[in-house]
Amino acid sequence: MAYSEKVLDHYNHPRNVGSFDKADPTVGTGMVGAPECGDVMKLQVKVNPTTGIIEDAKFKTFGCGSAIASSSLATEWLRGKTVDEALAIKNTDIVNELSLPPVKIHCSVLAEDAIKAAIDDYKKKSSGA
Amino acid sequence: MKFPIYMDYHATTPMDPRVFEAMRPYFTEIFGNAASRNHSFGWQAEDATEKARKQIASLIGATAKEIVFTSGATESNNLAIKGVFQMYAEKGNHIITAATEHKATLDTCKHLEKEGARITYLPLQTNGLIDFEQLRAAITDKTILISIMYANNEIGVLQPIAEIGKLAKERGVLFHSDATQAVGKVPVNVLTDNIDLLSISAHKMYGPKGVGALYVRRKGPRVQLTAQIDGGGHERGMRSGTLNVPGIVGLGEACAIAQKEMPEESKRMAYLRDKLKDRLLAALDEVYINGTMEHRLPNNLNISFAFVEGESLLMGINDIAVSSGSACTSATLEPSYVLKALGAGDDIAHSSIRFGLGRFNTEEEVDYVAAKVIDVVNKLRELSPLYEMHKEGIDLSKVQWTAH
Repeated sequence: MAYSEKVLDHYNHPRNVGSFDKADPTVGTGMVGAPECGDVMKLQVKVNPTTGIIEDAKFKTFGCGSAIASSSLATEWLRGKTVDEALAIKNTDIVNELSLPPVKIHCSVLAEDAIKAAIDDYKKKSSGA
Repeated sequence: MKFPIYMDYHATTPMDPRVFEAMRPYFTEIFGNAASRNHSFGWQAEDATEKARKQIASLIGATAKEIVFTSGATESNNLAIKGVFQMYAEKGNHIITAATEHKATLDTCKHLEKEGARITYLPLQTNGLIDFEQLRAAITDKTILISIMYANNEIGVLQPIAEIGKLAKERGVLFHSDATQAVGKVPVNVLTDNIDLLSISAHKMYGPKGVGALYVRRKGPRVQLTAQIDGGGHERGMRSGTLNVPGIVGLGEACAIAQKEMPEESKRMAYLRDKLKDRLLAALDEVYINGTMEHRLPNNLNISFAFVEGESLLMGINDIAVSSGSACTSATLEPSYVLKALGAGDDIAHSSIRFGLGRFNTEEEVDYVAAKVIDVVNKLRELSPLYEMHKEGIDLSKVQWTAH
């Protein structure tokens, strides 16, 4: 299978790899997927509590090249966005940006799920729940 | 070194230049139909195919008349299994095979189930071997055939063929073995192994694609088959169709070379394979070898790098041609059924790489491959949330995953 230039670029130079402290109240963590399915994404956002802007994002992904690229791209897009803007990111945006073939669309869906899960986690924490 | 490095010899092999040279005259100068009885063109072609028959027979301990030429091992498996099922219908309808057989066997059996066959698919032990007692217990008075492969194409595990052959003979059941991966790599002897039908492929042993053979025992017992391709009655009526003379010459030459060079070559393969294995195991933690190392082809290594997904690993080693059991590399979206049959979790199956070494690999290549794989696995583990969790002491089997 041929990979798009952008997928290869993210695979070879993944952006924002790493982890934040899950216990930090300004950090939201989303972990989606399952090892049995061949992909697990962990995506974290660090939000400025006064402005609501995502100041930093990090990821770690177990999965194929397209899954790695989707989550790497997601962290790039998340930085500088407000929490609400982040929720507007759609998997189809990722598909278009990375030119993912049909068999890899689930990777983009997973990335969208990871964004939502991370933001949810942050919101729960910041509302003091 | 030339790139990409080919280390997928279980998929296919390049033709040995000596095989190519042997075949060359049979495309243009010596082009006769081996079935033409009235002129020298036909006689020459027939002489060539008879020589090949002897070369093949000699490698597997058979006689020339017991070799039936086919288009490859898939056809050989079809002919053996369907041919026995139809020919011996009066005796019974039960066939025993194993869950890790090649699809050419499994799908043939599935096909026969629709025609009234009862098939037992033996489960495998975690080391990749069949449980001999289970096989013994599975035989009934309706059993007409046991079909167990000699060496597995993914994990290279060698089944206890001689024991199975002995049991089959004692119980009066025919024994077919798909020896596609074994012939030319390890000693195969249909006499001492009590094999009644044996499938062979040329392109897995440095011969051409599109040609293979089926050994069909003629004595003790004389095995009969219902033909699957009707026509001119070639190959003693078992497989009609004009013989592929150049291909057959190639298969014969490939067998002759294998017979001569196997002792030396299998030692060299085992040395290179073990070097690769030892280097990977020394440099990386959480690495699992799939299938026993004890009963295994000398050129096979199937290994899982936990917490690293197979396709992403292949992407990182894209100057090396190998296979992965990961679903992401296949059209089916199911990880390797062979590894699953060994009881491996889907995560281990997703993380597996099959290395198949061969005649033209060098030690320099093995060193390069080992270093490259180690480097990419380390890089991907840096990226892997699973490896991070493992390092934190989290038991991944206890985590509630959001399956999708």
